[in-house]
Amino acid sequence: MKTSVSWIKDYVDLPADVTTEQLAARLTALGLKLEAIEKPGDQITGPLVIGRVLTMEPEPQKNGKTINWCTVDVGDANGTGEPQGIVCGAHNFAPGDLVVCVLPGGVLPGDFAISARKTYGHLSAGMICSSRELGLGGDHDGIIVLPADAGEPGQDAFAVLGLSDEVIEFEINPDRAYALSLRGIARDAALAFDAPFRDPAAREVPPADGAGHPVVVDDPTGCPVFVARTVSGVDPAAPTPDWMVRRLTQAGMRPISLAVDVTNYVMLEIGRPIHGYDADKLTGAIRVRRAQAGERLTTLDGTDRALSPEDLVVTDDSGIIGLGGVMGGESTELSSTTTRILVESAHWDATSMFRTGKRHKLTSEAGKRNERGVDPVVCEAAADRVVELLIAHGGGTAEQGVTVVGTPPAAPSITIAYDLSARITGIEIDADTVVTHLEAVGCTVVREPETLIATAPTWRPDLTDPYDLVEEVARVVGYDQVPSVLPREAAGRGLSREQRLRRRIGRLLAGAGCVEVISFPFVGDATFDALGLPSDDLLRHAVRIANPISSEEPCYTTTLLPGLLKAAARNIGRGAPGVSLFETGSVAFPVDRGPAPIFGVDRRPDLDELAKLLETLPLQPLHLAVVLAGESERAGWWGEGRTSGWADAIAVSRRLADDLGVELEVRSAVREPWHPGRCARLSVGDLVLGHAGELHPKVCKAFGLPARSAAVEIDLDLLMRVAVDVVTGPELSSFPVAKEDVALVVDDSVAAVDVGEALREGAGELLESIRLFDVYTGEQVGEGRKSLAFALRFRAVDRTLTEEETSAVRDSAVAVAAERCGAVQR
Amino acid sequence: MAAASARAANVRDLTRPVGGNPFTRDRRTFLDLLLVSGPNTDYDPVEVSTLQPEEVEAARDAALAAIAEASDLEALKQARTDHAGDRSPLALANREIGALPPQARKDAGQRIGQARGAVNQAFAARQTVLEAEQEERMLVEEIVDVTLPSDRVPTGARHPITTGSELIADIFVAMGWEVAEGPVLEAEWLNFDALNLGPDHPARTMQDTFWTDPSDDAMVLRTHTSPVQARTMLTRTPPIYVVCPGRVFRTDEYDATHSPVFHQVEGLAIDEGISMAHLKGTLDHFATQMFGEGITTRFRPSYFPFTEPSAEVDLICFVCRGTGLDGAGSESCRTCRGEGWIEWGGCGVVNPRVLAACGVDSERYSGFAFGMGIDRTLMFRHGVEDLRGFFEGDIRFTTTFGSDL
Repeated sequence: MKTSVSWIKDYVDLPADVTTEQLAARLTALGLKLEAIEKPGDQITGPLVIGRVLTMEPEPQKNGKTINWCTVDVGDANGTGEPQGIVCGAHNFAPGDLVVCVLPGGVLPGDFAISARKTYGHLSAGMICSSRELGLGGDHDGIIVLPADAGEPGQDAFAVLGLSDEVIEFEINPDRAYALSLRGIARDAALAFDAPFRDPAAREVPPADGAGHPVVVDDPTGCPVFVARTVSGVDPAAPTPDWMVRRLTQAGMRPISLAVDVTNYVMLEIGRPIHGYDADKLTGAIRVRRAQAGERLTTLDGTDRALSPEDLVVTDDSGIIGLGGVMGGESTELSSTTTRILVESAHWDATSMFRTGKRHKLTSEAGKRNERGVDPVVCEAAADRVVELLIAHGGGTAEQGVTVVGTPPAAPSITIAYDLSARITGIEIDADTVVTHLEAVGCTVVREPETLIATAPTWRPDLTDPYDLVEEVARVVGYDQVPSVLPREAAGRGLSREQRLRRRIGRLLAGAGCVEVISFPFVGDATFDALGLPSDDLLRHAVRIANPISSEEPCYTTTLLPGLLKAAARNIGRGAPGVSLFETGSVAFPVDRGPAPIFGVDRRPDLDELAKLLETLPLQPLHLAVVLAGESERAGWWGEGRTSGWADAIAVSRRLADDLGVELEVRSAVREPWHPGRCARLSVGDLVLGHAGELHPKVCKAFGLPARSAAVEIDLDLLMRVAVDVVTGPELSSFPVAKEDVALVVDDSVAAVDVGEALREGAGELLESIRLFDVYTGEQVGEGRKSLAFALRFRAVDRTLTEEETSAVRDSAVAVAAERCGAVQR
Repeated sequence: MAAASARAANVRDLTRPVGGNPFTRDRRTFLDLLLVSGPNTDYDPVEVSTLQPEEVEAARDAALAAIAEASDLEALKQARTDHAGDRSPLALANREIGALPPQARKDAGQRIGQARGAVNQAFAARQTVLEAEQEERMLVEEIVDVTLPSDRVPTGARHPITTGSELIADIFVAMGWEVAEGPVLEAEWLNFDALNLGPDHPARTMQDTFWTDPSDDAMVLRTHTSPVQARTMLTRTPPIYVVCPGRVFRTDEYDATHSPVFHQVEGLAIDEGISMAHLKGTLDHFATQMFGEGITTRFRPSYFPFTEPSAEVDLICFVCRGTGLDGAGSESCRTCRGEGWIEWGGCGVVNPRVLAACGVDSERYSGFAFGMGIDRTLMFRHGVEDLRGFFEGDIRFTTTFGSDL
């Protein structure tokens, strides 16, 4: 909501020394938030005065232009009272016209300093100004010609041009719809400065007489009040007066025609949206009803709309002529030939307005006010004001007859404890202050022994609850009065186990050289295709978004990999030789258990109801994904670099599991989007956590990643579930270690981990650690075979092991490996 | 007398093989030795020429000269072979002693012994010097350029939104609050209705919501973290002090200051006697912890369906500390654009309608709630100009913040 300060001052006598900034600050403190202040004359320094052109002599120049050598009466503004000689290049004026002159010493926007200077053979002492030169916009090159009654030569031109009239733009919250009008803003300005307020809606109006245009309201809930007045003989060519054009423009509205401008002006002034019909195009009585299924209407914006039985419509004998309170129809629209205007000033049900606006995606200044709630008692005053302005500026005549259908709904009474405001705000506010402030915002207050009963003013439909009144009291007292007090100390339990684990996991991965990423969780079929997922893959069954940002990515993701792979490719594309990235975030799997229930809000849903609600929501496990692409170690003065591969992906998974005390089982598996021969399934007992390994070459290609890029994705919820809570400290033996290396030849198909396990089991308790340190394939072990070299370390807790003991343990380890895995010692 | 016995002791020492740590040898022994090992012509075994004093002296002097000439350990090793080895003149001469008549052996033995002793001592001394020299040289030769880069293994980092959320959580946990969380795909009832945002509430249009398909599934991508507050009230009994950081969604354009995905932190306190004063106290403390001593907040009336009274909360600009001027005092402060205040978030007293829907007795309890954007807070705390930096995953952006804020 934008308005000039001068318009506010029409209704409130502000102290003379109040600046626009102060006014805006005080209104902000009352809840009308300052968005911006516009100062049109801010960059102009005088003297800028009204001048009357006395003479003008056209003088053709060699360059083809014709300039006018003018003498201009600028009164005493030039200090001498003599006519001012000015050269002017414009031609849209004549001797006798009032113009705007800037005299030497003045400065125009753009730091354009004016001085007397010699030009075209004359001493030009100043300039006759155009709108553009004054920074007032304007789209023609001509100078400003003022109306004949604009003022006297020599008079300061700032006020005449509205240059000193600053404009405030407010951001009005939905609960303060009253402030979408000058009436509301001025009322709060008066409250802010304890100044007298003149209500523009307080006017004598002719009584309803039943002689006006017939109106029938079939749905008084949807349209409680309908006022109709008719003005005839309006000159369709009559211009809108300059002051009204200026105010509408300052308010951000485009002037259209007198009739439309007047309805807009009154809407801004009083807050009541008005609709004007071309009365000559109406046939028969106006009716207000709900639309019927199948009915259609072409609204003013030229859109043909299918109507809903919930829409409120205005009809006449010809059919539907408007979407009540939201937008009129084309058939009865005011036009350039309209001379007879029916003024509709009606009160509409806010909820219906909201629903209709939303259904038809219609936002209008009228709709915005109607859906937030307008004062229902000002319908007659607003209609009368429109009639008055049409008569004054359009030469019209008010027709006999005033139609008023319905009565405004009564405002509710609110009972509030005397001390509620103090208790809730923490400010010391006594009962008298509460009453005073509630009355100041327009409430009618009745003091009862224990409580107050307040009736909200008609322009405040938002005031319904005791706490609403607390806010009113608080804003008048001032939010700056709220003291700063810490609440009592709570015996908190600190971070939860999962919260601590997540921090730990993040730190570990960052320590391992990975950079955390947050990516958008939106995917589409193309994403799944790029991952090479089969058409029936479970990951393709995703939660769909009804109104996605991009129709290409209409789903909430089931895997973190796409976002991560894109981020990796972006880094590579921007010149990084390699990246290691990770992301933790929830993915979603639909449960397909129907819609989530909507409960009432008068009570808490019971446990069963809540359980039902939760069960309809998608499963949203927390996932972790890692991508390792390109160089993982750089080449440098130390030697060669290293490229990430499948083993790094498994290594980082193992490192994570180790840190959480989880024994991770790594097994080869086939799972898209990984390379079928280089993918590991990661599990703990029966729980499959996820997969790690090299990405499928096609996936690398599809995402623009370096060959051999590797990735991990695991269900972090599962990993955290099995993480060890309290680690038992180890007992360390300080007896000497005995080392034995064994090389075992097995078939290629035998997994190293199985051989290791067999050795471990065969070795028993004395085995402290086992580590595979070499893998050999080649002629020496034969086709289809490989040699695995293990380093075994033995140690007893209570003695030094003898050579015999050590070799006996080694032999039994090898024996088990031979038996289980067909291993042959080399 | 004392000097003489010391010499005797040293002479005896000389008969022992050369060895031991050159650093622990007594230098005086070597000097004394040189005095003792002067020419001795009083006695003259004549039968074997190699045992002639002149011959012995010559061999000794040749050895001492070779030792002195040895410029490195390699040369010294060669000198040792030449002059102290099994085939060296002195060794060969020593073998001849046995051939002497018994009365001559003593003198010859003494002569040879002294000469060999002097040579061995000189070897040891030279060894010590050369070893020290070699070590010295080695240390010089091994000088490296310590300014060489160490970027072999790239550095990891956590996301500033993660660490920022943790920083915020820690501030509240230190006050005894807890951190509550909830799902991002949320029931419409929890995201809206329970928070006094009924289906026809105009404020619903203030939040451009992502709905799931079909839209009558009554499910949304949560538009704020407030449903976590509702969940907390529905599942716990007061007193409740929780802070809820998390990811939220709005159908906003993606530009330098808007994103369809962003992060919020909300706080909720429900207890007996809670007022706006406690809200102010909590936010002042929060602001001070995040932005430094003296950085507090102010309230302006506002509107949120879930709070009444509602306020917008501004922060004293932590850069200009409220003056609105830049460091030089002439231009407007860039951080707050000359306002002296930074818009931070929204807050208020929990609307009793919300308490009712969530089963909290509003006669006994009252509460406050607040919320602000984490991304935005970090943007002005760290001077980040473009919100998209948080979501592009460019490691150059993220690593700037390190592993904690």
